[in-house]
Amino acid sequence: MSQGGWSDVGRMDELGRLATPVHRVDARAKLVTTGLFIVAVMSVSRFEVAALTPFFLYPFALLSLGRIPPGYLFKKILVAAPFALAVGLFNPLFDRETAAVLGPWSVSGGWLSFASILLRFALTVGAALVLVACTGMHRLCAGLEQLGLPRVLAVQLLFLYRYLFAVADEGARMLRSAELRSAGPRPLRVRVYGSLVGHLLLRSLDRAERVYRAMQARGFDGEIRTLQRPRLRGTDLLFVCGWLAFFAAARCWNLAGLLGTLLMKGAS
Amino acid sequence: MTLPAVELRTVCFTYPDGNRALDSVSFRVAAGEAVALIGANGAGKSTLLQHLNGALRATSGDVLIGGTPLTRESAPALRRAVGMVFQDPDDQLFMPTVFEDVAFGPLNAGLAPAAVDQRALAALERVGMSHVKSRPPYKLSAGEKRAVAIATALALEPDVLVMDEPSSNLDPRGRRRLIDLLRSFGHTRIIATHDLELVVEVCPRVIVIDGGKLIADGPTDLLLNDEALMLAHGLERPHILRHRHPH
Repeated sequence: MSQGGWSDVGRMDELGRLATPVHRVDARAKLVTTGLFIVAVMSVSRFEVAALTPFFLYPFALLSLGRIPPGYLFKKILVAAPFALAVGLFNPLFDRETAAVLGPWSVSGGWLSFASILLRFALTVGAALVLVACTGMHRLCAGLEQLGLPRVLAVQLLFLYRYLFAVADEGARMLRSAELRSAGPRPLRVRVYGSLVGHLLLRSLDRAERVYRAMQARGFDGEIRTLQRPRLRGTDLLFVCGWLAFFAAARCWNLAGLLGTLLMKGAS
Repeated sequence: MTLPAVELRTVCFTYPDGNRALDSVSFRVAAGEAVALIGANGAGKSTLLQHLNGALRATSGDVLIGGTPLTRESAPALRRAVGMVFQDPDDQLFMPTVFEDVAFGPLNAGLAPAAVDQRALAALERVGMSHVKSRPPYKLSAGEKRAVAIATALALEPDVLVMDEPSSNLDPRGRRRLIDLLRSFGHTRIIATHDLELVVEVCPRVIVIDGGKLIADGPTDLLLNDEALMLAHGLERPHILRHRHPH
């Protein structure tokens, strides 16, 4: 019936239910840490590409400890990549002054800032995706609410995510039926797509209404309740403090440079 | 006299677009009774069901659950007494796992965590689905989804079970299991369906509606055997009754 459409979006939910040390960390602790991570990454100046590299430790640590398949997340990052490319595309054209010299090559400031934009994009989007994958949307929204996000917004976010399934599902089925009836040489016309989108909206509204009624029938009153009443433990605080210290260190000192010098010293 | 579990008093309902979906419908259902609601497509069955938990409110007339009129104020409390099983289980199952879905109602009812766990497990046990409790609902087969959807309603320990097309999309084995399950319940049951053979097996009483009006209300054997009545309202005399001989 609706297996196809659900399967890929549902993968995120499946990952969110794994039982690893990372999944057990309280949603609030992960939210705060990821927020601070994004701030730290964005605060790096646009010519310091090397300073960004130590930050990759955070998403990769969560990824491997949380047993999230990297290929799956990488594909998800690629989906959003065109936006970052569009933002940084003109930097190499406008800024041609040499900013760094790597052996025989001189690198212009434009290319450096372009690389920096791409790296920062990969880091922030990657960290956000890892956060969802190793927390699960439901716990994440409950965590956001406990952190003080107005309940209306937290519920909106949860619904947006839930209805994403419904809309993707309806869309896939409609597109399939349209394709089945347009086997000729002419591709689907724009007018057909317009009508498809209109119908999709109406159908999704209908389904959303039914899901809401089903929730209401079981006493939903706007508050998200979870089975385990989350309590912050010592390990959660340790998680936040530990990563915070690492982000601070990565911002203050050039960790990549230090490592390089250490290695060079060892070699000589 | 004990109060009827469900009572409708001249209920009328008109959709905002002017479509009159229910026209002075009145009936009473006693506690523990199993009643089938039958009628052609668009007869008003689903609209009627939605009145039973206050999802839709009658334009005029009253809906009483256990003797209490269903109003905007009383609806939240009465919803706990009326368990709804929707036509499409995908609309009803929206939590990450089966267990969380079944626990959703009791959690909203404000039960303590231990009581929530116990209720959810008992409900899953009752429909024979405790082995899928940690699976995501969208991975289940249609039959399993239906059973879990019924468990989500049972977990609230309702007095009345209201079901919309419970046997749609089920394979014969799933349908057989469903029928056995429905027969085993002691709840008051109101089942809207086109599956007339299921009606014969589960419900001793039938209510026929057409064009929003109550056409007939009586014993299943009598009404379903009335070929003229059945054909006049888009239904048919079920095979199971054609071959049943009185002994």
